[in-house]
Amino acid sequence: MRPENYEPKQHPPSTEYELNFGPNHPGIEGNYALKVKLHGDTVVEARADAGYLHRGFEKLMEQRLWIQNIALVPRICVPDPSPMEVAYSMAVEQLCGLDVPERAQWLRVMQLEMSRITAHLFYFGGHAATTGMYTPMFWGVADRDLVLDLFEELTGGRVYCIYNMPGGVRRDVPEGFLQRLGKLLDYLETRLPEYDNLFFSNHVLVKRARDTGTMTQKQALEWAVTGPNLRATGLDFDVRRDDPYLVYDQLDFDIPVEQGGDALSRTLVRRNEMQQSIRILRQIIKRLPEIKGPIRAPIPNPLAWNVPAGDTYVRLESSKGELSWYVVSNGGQKPYRVHVRGPSAMHAVQVLENLAKGCRVEDVAQIMFSLDACPPEVDR
Amino acid sequence: MSDSQKKPNDIDYQSKGSVLNPLKSISFFARKPVTEPLEPRVAAERYRGFHVNDWEKCVGCSTCQKVCDNAAITMIKVPSQKEDPLNGIRNLRPAIDYGRCCWCALCVDLCPTGSISLSREYVHTCYDEQLDSYFLLPDPNGMHKQDFGIGWHKTDENDMIDHHRQKMPEKPPQSRTDNFDEIVDGYDKQQAIIEASRCVQCGMCHDACPTHMHAPEYIRAIWQHDLEKAVRQIYRTNPFSHTCGRVCTHRCETACSIGKRGEPIAIRWLKRYAMDALGDDQVRKLVAKDHAETSTGKRIAIIGSGPAGLTAAFDLAKAGHKVTVYEGLDKPGGMPRYGIPYYRLPADRLDADIDVIRDAGVEIICNTWIGKDITLDKLHKKNDAVLLALGLQLGRSTRIPGSENSNVFKAVDLLRQIANGEKIKVPESAAIIGGGNVAMDIARSLARLQKQEFGTVNITVTAMESFDHFLADAEEVKEAQEEGIVILPSRGPQECLIEKNKVVGLKTWAVLSIFDEKGRFAPHFDESNELCHDCEMIVEAIGQMTDVELLGENLIEKLEWQRGRLQVDEHCRTSQEWLWAAGDMVKGPDVVHAVADGHIVANSMNQYLNSLKTGKKLHG
Repeated sequence: MRPENYEPKQHPPSTEYELNFGPNHPGIEGNYALKVKLHGDTVVEARADAGYLHRGFEKLMEQRLWIQNIALVPRICVPDPSPMEVAYSMAVEQLCGLDVPERAQWLRVMQLEMSRITAHLFYFGGHAATTGMYTPMFWGVADRDLVLDLFEELTGGRVYCIYNMPGGVRRDVPEGFLQRLGKLLDYLETRLPEYDNLFFSNHVLVKRARDTGTMTQKQALEWAVTGPNLRATGLDFDVRRDDPYLVYDQLDFDIPVEQGGDALSRTLVRRNEMQQSIRILRQIIKRLPEIKGPIRAPIPNPLAWNVPAGDTYVRLESSKGELSWYVVSNGGQKPYRVHVRGPSAMHAVQVLENLAKGCRVEDVAQIMFSLDACPPEVDR
Repeated sequence: MSDSQKKPNDIDYQSKGSVLNPLKSISFFARKPVTEPLEPRVAAERYRGFHVNDWEKCVGCSTCQKVCDNAAITMIKVPSQKEDPLNGIRNLRPAIDYGRCCWCALCVDLCPTGSISLSREYVHTCYDEQLDSYFLLPDPNGMHKQDFGIGWHKTDENDMIDHHRQKMPEKPPQSRTDNFDEIVDGYDKQQAIIEASRCVQCGMCHDACPTHMHAPEYIRAIWQHDLEKAVRQIYRTNPFSHTCGRVCTHRCETACSIGKRGEPIAIRWLKRYAMDALGDDQVRKLVAKDHAETSTGKRIAIIGSGPAGLTAAFDLAKAGHKVTVYEGLDKPGGMPRYGIPYYRLPADRLDADIDVIRDAGVEIICNTWIGKDITLDKLHKKNDAVLLALGLQLGRSTRIPGSENSNVFKAVDLLRQIANGEKIKVPESAAIIGGGNVAMDIARSLARLQKQEFGTVNITVTAMESFDHFLADAEEVKEAQEEGIVILPSRGPQECLIEKNKVVGLKTWAVLSIFDEKGRFAPHFDESNELCHDCEMIVEAIGQMTDVELLGENLIEKLEWQRGRLQVDEHCRTSQEWLWAAGDMVKGPDVVHAVADGHIVANSMNQYLNSLKTGKKLHG
């Protein structure tokens, strides 16, 4: 095109401009982007831009033996991998009609609750960082490492435990593990008031997080919000209590609920959930030695294992919300179709887009983190 | 439930707090930082670090490679390691690509031998040019030859190998001793599928089998319950599958990787299941698809209708040659028919095998003794090639004093008479000399006859070997003892006691050693430890040899012999261009070896016959 023929398109005069938020933003656990339209400091429109972490897990799983997938599934969600392997194992067990021994169920609950604590410690460090406080981040990550040390003892891996297997768990607790877990819980309990002082009742947080990213209960239900984010809007619902799986019906715990529906409420729900997880783990420490029996139901040779045809839907409460797996078998050695309904996909796309509208640009990162959306799980 | 009603300890985020609050921070001066100190940290006891592999235990079965979900494992040949197919050992060892490995430890949990483990070592760095150092062959010393100790390893908890085989239903001793009905009932469908599912498809069985049966393939087909596929795989290498499914010496099971720590896969019983479950008519229809469509016009005579002769006949007939098999006795089958009692191999199963072979176009002429009814010369003139598959039909004698008495029998002769339905004089008590499977066969056959005739069993087996080195299969010994037979190990026969031309007993001494330092047979006895076993009949079951008289003196002169055995090359060729020899007579007694030999000789004969067409001489 000759320059004399060039007629630039005339845009209507606008005071808006577009900002690429991410994909390498420290405010979120992985690569994820928002395209934000700003008017001054105020967000006019936000569009989620996912896909940077798409690894095609659901398709990959169709090409692997049922047993091989247990090494793959934890990678779907990096900060909270354990619920993934438990949910997958439960789905396969339902398809096969396998009865999981009681001790294995208790060990699974122990793993899930330990994982919930690690995820929330990671979360609160991250949320603190988005409000400009970096000390809580160091504290959260350092204390999370202490739980990971115990994971290492129990499962041989720190983050990706690969501890479950259709039929049960792979190893029993090592000698003296429960005592060490008890000591760690004591320590974490002494830390909670310190976290409160440092972060949860810190006015830097309270002033910034209150009334930021507020959603009503009605909105939350319309947007398919689950987990702590839903409970922060005042709805008292938790899969662990209302549709119990494993041995949660034998455990005694409360469901923390907040009414605000804003970033502060979401953080407080998670803080109180940590306390409840500690309470659950204490009960497990007390009960586990009484529960005898095997830790794994016998399964066929994994290299020659046809899972009966059928489909199944499993749901459980992960640290981020309701995690569900839909698994279809055509009677073969590999899954026919797997779908993971991760909570983060809803939180990071429709909820975030709506909540960011109208807020100030410096709060976008905080809203992203307060929803605790996990990009690896959004993309899968 | 007062505890559950307690509200969570909500924090007071509303309070403004005191202006003195920052002073609390002073207490942190007394604390260590939360950040981790930069000291090397020892990994947990079951940490999943780099691999270590105990090369002494590893057999190279490559199960780790099969279960690896990232294809991180490659099996690499390590020439310094032992290669022993008969015992299921290959010199392959797993090499790990740490660019792919995800440390899930499935290789550890599924390893049949328990050789591979993960160590507590987790640090490895390298320069750019050493990137291949991430691909390595783990040995017992670990990645950097530093002893970090074993982390995640095989325990009873995480072992995913099923060590127990499906129990074979069989008749209890009390209901089997008075008849010749088959003892073993065979697996049902569910048992067969479960048993087949235990297989890890390592192929050790294929390597160990003399005829290299495609066991992994047919086991997998049985697991999928595709019986036609299974039988097709079986017939690729073995036309005596009903027979081998019952009485094979199952080298495959000795080599089986699962057998390294547990009970090997019941490969023999699975073969039997596939053959029985498909049904004889189906098997015949299936095998008929491979039959020759054209004829080459070449004629072959095979002497002896045992497994070697008939296997060769089957192969050659499928190649389009005209094959005639000559058998001296009433029915074809050789030793499987006349040497193996019916309670182990019912005659109709052998007939089923032979029917399939007949279908291929093999002509079997019975009741024809070569040398008597027709001469070998005449056979040679009528045919392009002749195969000797005579077997071992003459029993050896101990040549101890008294063994020439008419009440001292050879086991093979007695077994043949029993199988033929001939009436033999059943003794009230008998002593058997020998500790091999033939000794067990005759002892158990006589026991059944005794039970029928007198209602009690009185049979003593005296073997020179101790129980630790016993020649007969352990299950044969166990079943014989269950049936009331007394087995005495380490007894050397010295004399058959004869009174008034009748056997009254067998005198034995205790054996101190059987072989000298050079491994030659030179037994030493403890003469003070003498026993006399009262008996009316003595049966010698100490080995067999071939009756070669039919060859004629001229031919015997021309052929090469070594210690009474006909010498053949690796293709079973004799020194005569037109003559081959195969089976027990050249390789020793074993059904599956005979089948293997049958294939070898058929291949060699086929090449020779095809060369005749083109006028080319392959051997001379």
